[in-house]
Amino acid sequence: MTTSLAPDKPKVQAPVINDFSIEVATVNGSGSQTANNMLMRSIFQMGVPCSGKNLFPSNIAGLPTWFTIRANKDGYIARKAELDILVCMNPDTVFEDIQNLRSGAVCLYNEELPVNEDIRKDLTWYKIPFARIVKECCPDAKLRRLVTNMIYVGVLDFLLEIDLQETFKALKKNFARKPKAADVNIVAAQAGYDWAKANLVKRDPFRVQRMNKTQGKIIIDGTSAAALGAVFAGVTVLTWYPITPSSSLCEAMIDYLNEYRMDKATGKATFAVVQAEDELASIGMVLGASWAGARACTATAGPGISLMSEFIGLSYYAEIPAVIFDVQRTGPSTGLPTRTMQGDIRQCSGASHGDTKHPLLFPSDPSEAFDMAGQAFDLAERFQTTVFVMLDLDLGMNNWMSDAFNYPTKPLDRGKVLSVEDLKRLGKFERYRDVDGDGIPYRTLPGTDHPIASYFTRGSGHNEKALYSEKPHDYKNNMDRLARKFETFRAHVPGPVVEYEPGAEIGFIAFGTSHAATQESRDQLRNEKGVKTSYLRLRAYPFNQAVRDFISRHKHVYVIEQNRDGQMRDLLALEVGGECTKLRRVNHYTGVAIDARFITNTVLSQEGK
Amino acid sequence: MAPEIATPQVPAEQRKQNRLGLILPDYQGSASTLCAGCGHDSITNQIIRAYFEMGIPPHMVAKMSGIGCSSKTPAYFVNKGHGFNAVHGRMPAIATGAVLGNKHLYTIGVSGDGDTASIGMGQFVHLLHRNVPMIYIMENNGVYGLTKGQFSATADLGSKSKWGKDNPAEPIDCCAMAVELGCAFVARSFSGDTKQMLAIFKAALAHKGTAFIDIVSPCITFNNHEGSTKSYKWAKDHEEQIHEIGFVPFFEQVEAEVKPGETREVQFQDGSRVRFKAVGKDYDPTNKEQALSELFKTQKERSFLTGILYLNPKQKDFCTELDTVDPPLATLPESLTRPPKEVLEEVMERLR
Repeated sequence: MTTSLAPDKPKVQAPVINDFSIEVATVNGSGSQTANNMLMRSIFQMGVPCSGKNLFPSNIAGLPTWFTIRANKDGYIARKAELDILVCMNPDTVFEDIQNLRSGAVCLYNEELPVNEDIRKDLTWYKIPFARIVKECCPDAKLRRLVTNMIYVGVLDFLLEIDLQETFKALKKNFARKPKAADVNIVAAQAGYDWAKANLVKRDPFRVQRMNKTQGKIIIDGTSAAALGAVFAGVTVLTWYPITPSSSLCEAMIDYLNEYRMDKATGKATFAVVQAEDELASIGMVLGASWAGARACTATAGPGISLMSEFIGLSYYAEIPAVIFDVQRTGPSTGLPTRTMQGDIRQCSGASHGDTKHPLLFPSDPSEAFDMAGQAFDLAERFQTTVFVMLDLDLGMNNWMSDAFNYPTKPLDRGKVLSVEDLKRLGKFERYRDVDGDGIPYRTLPGTDHPIASYFTRGSGHNEKALYSEKPHDYKNNMDRLARKFETFRAHVPGPVVEYEPGAEIGFIAFGTSHAATQESRDQLRNEKGVKTSYLRLRAYPFNQAVRDFISRHKHVYVIEQNRDGQMRDLLALEVGGECTKLRRVNHYTGVAIDARFITNTVLSQEGK
Repeated sequence: MAPEIATPQVPAEQRKQNRLGLILPDYQGSASTLCAGCGHDSITNQIIRAYFEMGIPPHMVAKMSGIGCSSKTPAYFVNKGHGFNAVHGRMPAIATGAVLGNKHLYTIGVSGDGDTASIGMGQFVHLLHRNVPMIYIMENNGVYGLTKGQFSATADLGSKSKWGKDNPAEPIDCCAMAVELGCAFVARSFSGDTKQMLAIFKAALAHKGTAFIDIVSPCITFNNHEGSTKSYKWAKDHEEQIHEIGFVPFFEQVEAEVKPGETREVQFQDGSRVRFKAVGKDYDPTNKEQALSELFKTQKERSFLTGILYLNPKQKDFCTELDTVDPPLATLPESLTRPPKEVLEEVMERLR
């Protein structure tokens, strides 16, 4: 290639401290994940807020994959659309990767790649002889391919002034149970650092300086966080069918269960895990187990929800608890199964046939995923219905900086379950009667040794005594009670987090992983354009009065979400009646996580500014 | 107002108490709403009798079903047990879940040939594959009764519909499939053969693992005519018992001589024993190869062979494999299911 895209030489720039993004372009299956995580951890350990996002294909080995780390002194951890530093390791994407760089960016590349530095005179180039460095530092030829990745970490440590000791510390932590692996990687990082120190002259402005903004924080992915939440919520039954991106939630839960939930006295499990034959079976097993009284859950993604829908409806009508972790992603069949989307809101809020409605919880970071996992079990058992925890691939499979998790303060809420003693005292039990006026009936568990304990579970055709009935008033009474029960939910699901900005005419509504980009966009609008915005972060459906009030109090309300149709916007529109005309859409749907600049630009254009 | 539970008729012989001091009516259910003369009702009666005679605590019974005429029947027996009418073809998953939640329940699933061999085939196969401890009865009439007489996948090739149409496909033999899949208790019976059904049900209650029982149970309304191979007449004329079955529960041990070539005995894990008396030739129900070859022969010759076709009481069941603590997972206290604060601290420390 001889055409020069931008002929200007990079100008000498002022130092940029703790504010940049790095992308590593590599080949799937080349073992770069550990190196990238170690780089992110090194920055994190220096007290600088950061996040890591892995953009990977539906493939085990061979296709291109990109890992992006963002470090930001102000704590912005959403994806940043523009890259500052690129590490080129993949011959298949090298030209496209280089072309996509903004002017003034930095490019590190493997000397074996056919790169002509003249094509982008506006970049700062560093050519690295990976093969030579790895050959010297790693005598075992079989390991070279893997440890090559640690060499760019060492090089970046030198260039960005990251303390090499922090990388060593991260490696020792990561390979706590494999000290040999830690050693091999430490040697490689050191070799990369030494080579860079001896051969490179720093010509770019990016630097890491120690801060103290990560104190008390942890790095974890959202699926591990939710899994841990379930383990501390006393989950006893997990059933699942493998599907990206929810498999990692189940696998994390299995690891935690095996580690922390074996009974010390007997050495036996206080839980059961079943890998089901499909999603129809996994949700069926959850309902069977919950019906018997276990705390049961499953995890899946959109296609799995489609298959589960009939049983989800049965859970609604027969009133059986279920917790479903939905790690949302794009598309059915082949397509973008490894890309993120907030795309199952419509599907989950009304899954199944008839007048079914289901509560949804929306964690926006790992700490909330941990808390909401616990809340979901309490709510499901209290309300005897399916509760969804709506993660997405971005939260689920990426590394997030998060507050450390708080140990639950409340005991488990096992809901309205009548014991033998209760039945003796009451002398009466009607399974579907609204005794307390909240729409929530009482239940008994199979195996309860009392003559009036048993009842027969069916779908919608039953009366208050759980006897088969096709009478119109029995059906209607039951449906009205179920509607009351759903109303009761409003006060029990986590309420929104509201931030009113004095004088703001514009309101933002966001949820889940759109939160970080939304916060950053609000600052951009304020700082760059003087546009003030209030912000309501939804944490659950159904909504409560605070949501209606927020919409009432603003001229325009932008609903920011990661799907094409504005699924949350439409749910809100149903809620607020005539005021729905105030609701505007900010819909990001590329399969890649939303970024602040997209929100800012979309809002400015709709505001005519 | 109609009574919720049919008033049981209690003749003197039925006032006999079982080992729990309960009488037969303690095991009854609501009145059946199936067609008068339905084969399913006679199966229901033998289920009631088996649970009574085995002295199963009624409150520990979990009755599961899918959708169809057969799936209505759990409402007609053991009213003191909890029942669950699931969705079509998905009873195995619900039942598996119930067993996960409480492995001490006596779980029984009643399904039909449509609910099992068509819409529910996937879940049926995996239930057997896991060896979930429960009884699985397939009330087999060759038609979809509740949707008015369409052929099911177990209907024989050439069997005539009520409207004179020949069934165009070979039947799926769920017993042969069950043996192939490793099910360790596979039986076939006829709803008109009450004595054999009772013995099989009692043996099934003693078995630890999935006990699959295929029972030809004629549909009086849609499949009981001339030319049907699932009619009362056809079944009566064609039933061939492969052996006579005697069951001796662990709590009533009676010694009897085992004569090689004439009688065989198999012991269950709880000490109960089942005795097989040869009818014609000697048949070894613990021999998988023989079971399969007999089943292939019946398929070829269109014969109707009944009895316990295959039995292996030693096969590891699902709950043994899961190795959970002894109390039901459903009722474990928080002290056992929520790890202490130090554990969370330890995990957090690793992530800092």
